[in-house]
Amino acid sequence: MRDVAIIGVKNTKFGELWERSLRDIVVEAGIGAIEDAGVSGKDIDALYIGNMSGGRFVEQEHIGALIADYSGLSRNLHVPATRVEAACASGGLSLRQAIMTVASGYSDIVVAAGAEKMTDVGSEEASSALAAAADREWEGMAGATFPGLYAMIAKLHMHRYGTTSEQLAEVAVKNHKNGCLNPIAQYKNEISVDDVLKSIMVADPLHIFDCSPITDGASALVLAPAEIAHKYTDTPIYIEATAQASDTIALHDRRDITTLDATVMAAKRAYSMAKLTPEDIDLVEVHDCFTIAEICAIEDLGFAEKGKGGIVTANGETAIGGRIPVNTSGGLKACGHPVGATGIKQAVEIVTQLRGDAGKRQVAGAEYGMTHNVGGSGATAVVHIFSRER
Amino acid sequence: MSSVPRFWRNLGSRYNLEGTHCKECGEFFYPPRNICVNCRRTGELESFKFKGTGEIISYTLIHTAAEGFEGQAPYTLAIIKLDEGPRLTSQVVGDPDKIQIGTRVRSVFRKLGEDGDRGMIYYGTKFVPVDA
Ligand SMILES: [Zn+2]
Repeated sequence: MRDVAIIGVKNTKFGELWERSLRDIVVEAGIGAIEDAGVSGKDIDALYIGNMSGGRFVEQEHIGALIADYSGLSRNLHVPATRVEAACASGGLSLRQAIMTVASGYSDIVVAAGAEKMTDVGSEEASSALAAAADREWEGMAGATFPGLYAMIAKLHMHRYGTTSEQLAEVAVKNHKNGCLNPIAQYKNEISVDDVLKSIMVADPLHIFDCSPITDGASALVLAPAEIAHKYTDTPIYIEATAQASDTIALHDRRDITTLDATVMAAKRAYSMAKLTPEDIDLVEVHDCFTIAEICAIEDLGFAEKGKGGIVTANGETAIGGRIPVNTSGGLKACGHPVGATGIKQAVEIVTQLRGDAGKRQVAGAEYGMTHNVGGSGATAVVHIFSRER
Repeated sequence: MSSVPRFWRNLGSRYNLEGTHCKECGEFFYPPRNICVNCRRTGELESFKFKGTGEIISYTLIHTAAEGFEGQAPYTLAIIKLDEGPRLTSQVVGDPDKIQIGTRVRSVFRKLGEDGDRGMIYYGTKFVPVDA
């Protein structure tokens, strides 16, 4: 296997982009990333695109071909393009597919993108499409919603470990604070714990401000074999590990609903592959689709003792400048959660940080960064570790 | 709320809490599975009807309803551990204030939801607290 580096990155603005189409935003991200990398279309050997639900959100399938076509990679160049789907982990797996393709030697320059256009349908239709990432027959038909499933995780976490609604709210407060420093973020407003607790209850104990929003957005990365990365950029960022794990699709079948075993296993594989421990990681982008998800993630990834995720957050240990900054981008909560794009956006944030280009949200001296992307209520988890030096 | 064929092909399980039991390792499955998660292809699965009693592992009161459940909001959704071992997701009917983690429940036959347009009404299993 060959070592792999990221040589170009780009996010579009995240938010309600009503005037723009899925193909518009992916092309913007893709072109931005290849310009950043200094490569041209004819250099590209393959394209992967993470997209969860084009069929529901914009009634368009065959997204791989669509994106290759509108990126100008089809008619003359005939670049192979593949859509990758794993619900909200589609982006993370798009990156993983791209890494494996470069590492194997099958391809050299590969684009990994992710995109979702969610606001072309109403919020009810969007919720219904998202619910398809759970077990439709045995969760959905009982009346389960995504916030409902995470609410049950939260309820047991609170019962068992004493986690409070205030501690959950602190996740949203921190991520909004970080979002204010990120030019592409959907929300650039600070909120208070009180704002979260006073917002509408969606599924007890989760309020609307405990939930990530419906978002349009696209992100892209360009990958190259590490040995030639310096030909393209002075600041290649290296892939230290890519790991993925699965678990039961239904939450009720899990060993313990307060632990995402897929995250634990993917993290274990990633640390082992990178020969690193949680103490070595300088910052992490985790999958905070709901505030409780960030609490579970920092525990499952080894950044907090089991049950202490809420306390660690309330203490400020996960803030920028804290022991382990979490979601400097604003996370899914404030940066936004265009489901298929999220895993790529997380990687773009880590690359930006490791290059030292993150401006006001820069984590000083960051050497190692991690991303953690989850599909559904935890049936898929993908973890990547990145480094500044080889 | 869902497609009619998808609902009807699981009717036995939805109406009568029918699942499966692995003769090899003894684990019970609800919803039913065709392959044992422990023994995989070496396990032999037989049909099994659950008693319908169990306890609440976790729960939530859903205010923003799933599609097809709008008329029922707010409703209590729970993960229930049946006494034979398997866990499932179901609604719990009754006063939400009387429902807690650890509450003993039993199954009842109730309306589950409906398709707005066609008026198709779905019935199946919900749970009530044993003391209710
Ligand atoms: Zn068995």
